Amino acid sequence: MVQGRKGERVRLYVRGTILGYKRSKSNQYPNTSMVQIEGVNTKEEVAWYAGKRLAYIYKAKVKKNGTHYRCIWGKVTRPHGNSGVVRTKFKSNLPPRSMGARVRVFMYPSNI
Amino acid sequence: MAAKQRTKRVTRNPDLIRGIGKYSKSQMYHKRGIWALKAKNGGAFPHHDPKPKPEAPAVKAPKFYPADDVKKPLLNKHKPRPTKLRASITPGTVLILLAGRFKGKRVVFLKQLPSGLLLVTGPYKINGVPLRRVNQSYVIGTSTKVDVSAVNVDKFDDKYFSKEAQKKKKKGEGEFFEAEKEEKNALPQEKKDDQKTVDSSLITAIEGVPELKAYLGARFSLKSGMKPHELLF
Repeated sequence: MVQGRKGERVRLYVRGTILGYKRSKSNQYPNTSMVQIEGVNTKEEVAWYAGKRLAYIYKAKVKKNGTHYRCIWGKVTRPHGNSGVVRTKFKSNLPPRSMGARVRVFMYPSNI
Repeated sequence: MAAKQRTKRVTRNPDLIRGIGKYSKSQMYHKRGIWALKAKNGGAFPHHDPKPKPEAPAVKAPKFYPADDVKKPLLNKHKPRPTKLRASITPGTVLILLAGRFKGKRVVFLKQLPSGLLLVTGPYKINGVPLRRVNQSYVIGTSTKVDVSAVNVDKFDDKYFSKEAQKKKKKGEGEFFEAEKEEKNALPQEKKDDQKTVDSSLITAIEGVPELKAYLGARFSLKSGMKPHELLF
């Protein structure tokens, strides 16, 4: 995220939204989050994204490693339902304040 | 088995179903010609006495037996080999780098190194990417190909890219530290020359194709409305 250089900003990730934890009506399972990837609307389209890495990026007040930005890495595990929503697992569970927040879905590990 | 070149044993008994052959034991006896071998040998199947074995030195009973049976680790005959190259990646393919300092750059693939990593070059003059190693998973193979037959990449392997061993200089840190820093920063002239030789033949091949030079100079980026799962690279 350190973009001190004036180079062009290339977007090599797909935007996604964190919808919340995997859950039933009254129980939630925070180790798995659900993500809606932009432009993906069916279960079949999700197959391309399986295994791709995700990053949830957020800001904090204290500088760590020289930057205010922090990141939680994760990956797409499987489709959720028929409409392109995706289940994901992160290195550490996502915080509840991430619901509705932006997530970056990268195009690697690539298989094309 | 390695010493003699033996032809593979072919059975003359075709399978009707797995486990059941077409011919009976006596029919096979006749087919294999055991009767002819016996006739040649005067009635009995040829028998050779076992060669006298050289006497093995007398083994003394060991002084110590372990209390419990010690298990031997399982034999592992697995040989390391470089990762399988995707069919879309052949020498001369233009690749898109997905991560790292040069993300988004379009780059020419040269060859796969024995470690499995891909050897890649910008060329340097066109997009600033030097001879570099890249992992296959962090790369998209496009359908654009460049002619690399003129380039000789035999001299590059993983050792070429390894970092120089750090000389141990713990004493007198003050002055030595500065001197070491200067050495590290300069790229050895040899590597610059290697880059030039590889790139010169590549650049002539690239300039032969209309618009390829500008294509390699430009970076790839996802724009609004682009869906990678629907794109054809």
